Amino acid sequence: MGNTPRNLFDKVWEAHRVRELPSGQTQLFIGTHLVHEVTSPQAFAMLRERDLPVRFPNRTFATVDHIIPTDSQVRPLSDELAEAMMTELERNCRDHDIHLFDVASGHQGIVHVIGPEQGITLPGSTIACGDSHTSTHGAFGAIAFGIGTSQVRDVLATQCLAMARLKVRRIETTGKLNPGVYAKDVTLAIIRQLGVNGGVGYAYEYAGPVIDAMSLEERMTVCNMSIEGGARCGYVNPDETTYDYLRGRPYAPQGDAFERAVDWWRSMASEPGAHYDDVVEIDGSAVAPTVTWGINPGQNLGVDEKIPTLHETPDDERASVAEALDYMDLRAGQPILGIPIDVAFIGSCTNGRISDLREAARVARHGQVQPGVRALVVPGSQEVARQAEAEGLDEVFRAHGFQWREPGCSMCLAMNPDKLQGREVCASSSNRNFKGRQGSPSGRTLLMSPAMVAAAAIHGKVVDVREIL
Amino acid sequence: MTATRASVESVSGRACVLRGDDIDTDRIIPARFMKVVTFDSVGEHLFEDDRLAAKGNHALDDDRYEGASILVVDKNFGCGSSREHAPQSLMRFGFNGFIGESFAEIFAGNCTALGLVCATLGEDDLENLMGSVDLDPEQEVRIDVEARTVTSRVGTVACQIPDGTRRQLLEGSWDATGMLLDGAEDVTKTAEALPYVSGF
Repeated sequence: MGNTPRNLFDKVWEAHRVRELPSGQTQLFIGTHLVHEVTSPQAFAMLRERDLPVRFPNRTFATVDHIIPTDSQVRPLSDELAEAMMTELERNCRDHDIHLFDVASGHQGIVHVIGPEQGITLPGSTIACGDSHTSTHGAFGAIAFGIGTSQVRDVLATQCLAMARLKVRRIETTGKLNPGVYAKDVTLAIIRQLGVNGGVGYAYEYAGPVIDAMSLEERMTVCNMSIEGGARCGYVNPDETTYDYLRGRPYAPQGDAFERAVDWWRSMASEPGAHYDDVVEIDGSAVAPTVTWGINPGQNLGVDEKIPTLHETPDDERASVAEALDYMDLRAGQPILGIPIDVAFIGSCTNGRISDLREAARVARHGQVQPGVRALVVPGSQEVARQAEAEGLDEVFRAHGFQWREPGCSMCLAMNPDKLQGREVCASSSNRNFKGRQGSPSGRTLLMSPAMVAAAAIHGKVVDVREIL
Repeated sequence: MTATRASVESVSGRACVLRGDDIDTDRIIPARFMKVVTFDSVGEHLFEDDRLAAKGNHALDDDRYEGASILVVDKNFGCGSSREHAPQSLMRFGFNGFIGESFAEIFAGNCTALGLVCATLGEDDLENLMGSVDLDPEQEVRIDVEARTVTSRVGTVACQIPDGTRRQLLEGSWDATGMLLDGAEDVTKTAEALPYVSGF
């Protein structure tokens, strides 16, 4: 290694490399393990079967987010299956001495919202969670990725994973975002450019002036959707924005330790001249407010563009485009502007943070939710909810026809009662427009920024938020 | 301490062709069926919404493919959510091997952790295999993990299985817990050397 400049991924990998395994993979130490109710019960059951303890309970944190209702969170939950999952998580955390951020704690929320806000997510660390949007935590300069339940078991039992090293692709942004264009639009534009499986085998390093200028919350939105581009993790090098965000957070180092931590975090950032397996550029100035029209997040358009025709679609994508047009009941060549919506959803680990709610409220002030449109605002955590309420955002939303709900994953994946019905079309600030994703097997999703969702809610159709702001 | 697992040297049996790029894990197992604390029931809901929407025309409901143990798919199969419920539901339905142009990374990792094989083929070889299985679904298809080949009536062609995965399957170390527990002392050393673990 010597003085060869290295990127953050390589440094973090080396610092967490326990040993090389007989399989040729690396045994990688996982600094922080985040746990939620849906992907963990079977893992805990496997530990019990094998009579294994949790190796580092103090490096393991749990919360409840996927199944929690957003209307009433009073126990027992009215959905018996949800209550059973909740009870199981409580039992597992109690038995293994794992800290649980439950509803009563006042710090419950979506796992990828509370890790950062508690200061649990730190630069230079490795983080795993049984959830693909764990890539969110990369915004701090952590290497964070989603795992399956058997790997949750591995991390509980050993605090390690068996992994092959990823390649690193630097995504170099240039230019500057125009007003009305958000981190969500940037991440959708990247996925459109590189494809939904373009990132397989890679970690994405997001860099350049557009990323540098973003707040930590905006960087989380970008890193969150790395997985939608096929990349298991995505990160941003830590900088002053990162340190400012972390200072004073409950689980972050305090006092002198914080200053020592900053020195170490700084030392983990990619160095000039570091090697990358690939480098791509994206021009931030060219990004428009973006909306998905199809059934994967790569099928997206600038709001002033038209849905592609099969004629202009490359051969190997025609079948997908035809399938998407059919499912979405849209016409090739149709403008995305003006598509009517039935539901508006603001929330999720992608866009359920305070800055998202502020932007959505700023737009909501310009009108009333259209009659016939159901509009939900679901804060990402209890802390986000409290902050929003302190700023009066809940009142703004209510006064303009939006429902103000309790925190959780809600209609992003509809494991709670918040679901689309039938063929409803939802303008959604979440991350996936897959068939059936929002709870109705035939429901339709248009992904966009929270500001664009709010604009769609008050117009009852897809509009260009730049004309409102 | 940890159950020793069997080596997976090959998967063979009849195959089923499921066409379409980017088939995500929400389609493989819709989220509402994950409201369970065991994996026992997930096989019953494999592709439930797609199958209902296809009104009997889904590959899994095609009698010609009944009893298949290998699923032949297109590009980026298993993208989206990290839910292990997806490979669990496929396994419980009866699939032990997957052949496709490409697989999403987390999905492929979850398959390995269950001892299921994901093998990738080039576009032409895959199309030939799909065509052949479509014409003659009774034939035996075989994925040889050791040799990294796929054999069918088309002949034997080379496939890709990543090195580490291949070795885990062959050595029976695809359930990684035991292998990872063996490094316990090194884990302590690595942890202690990390400033954020020791509290800066």
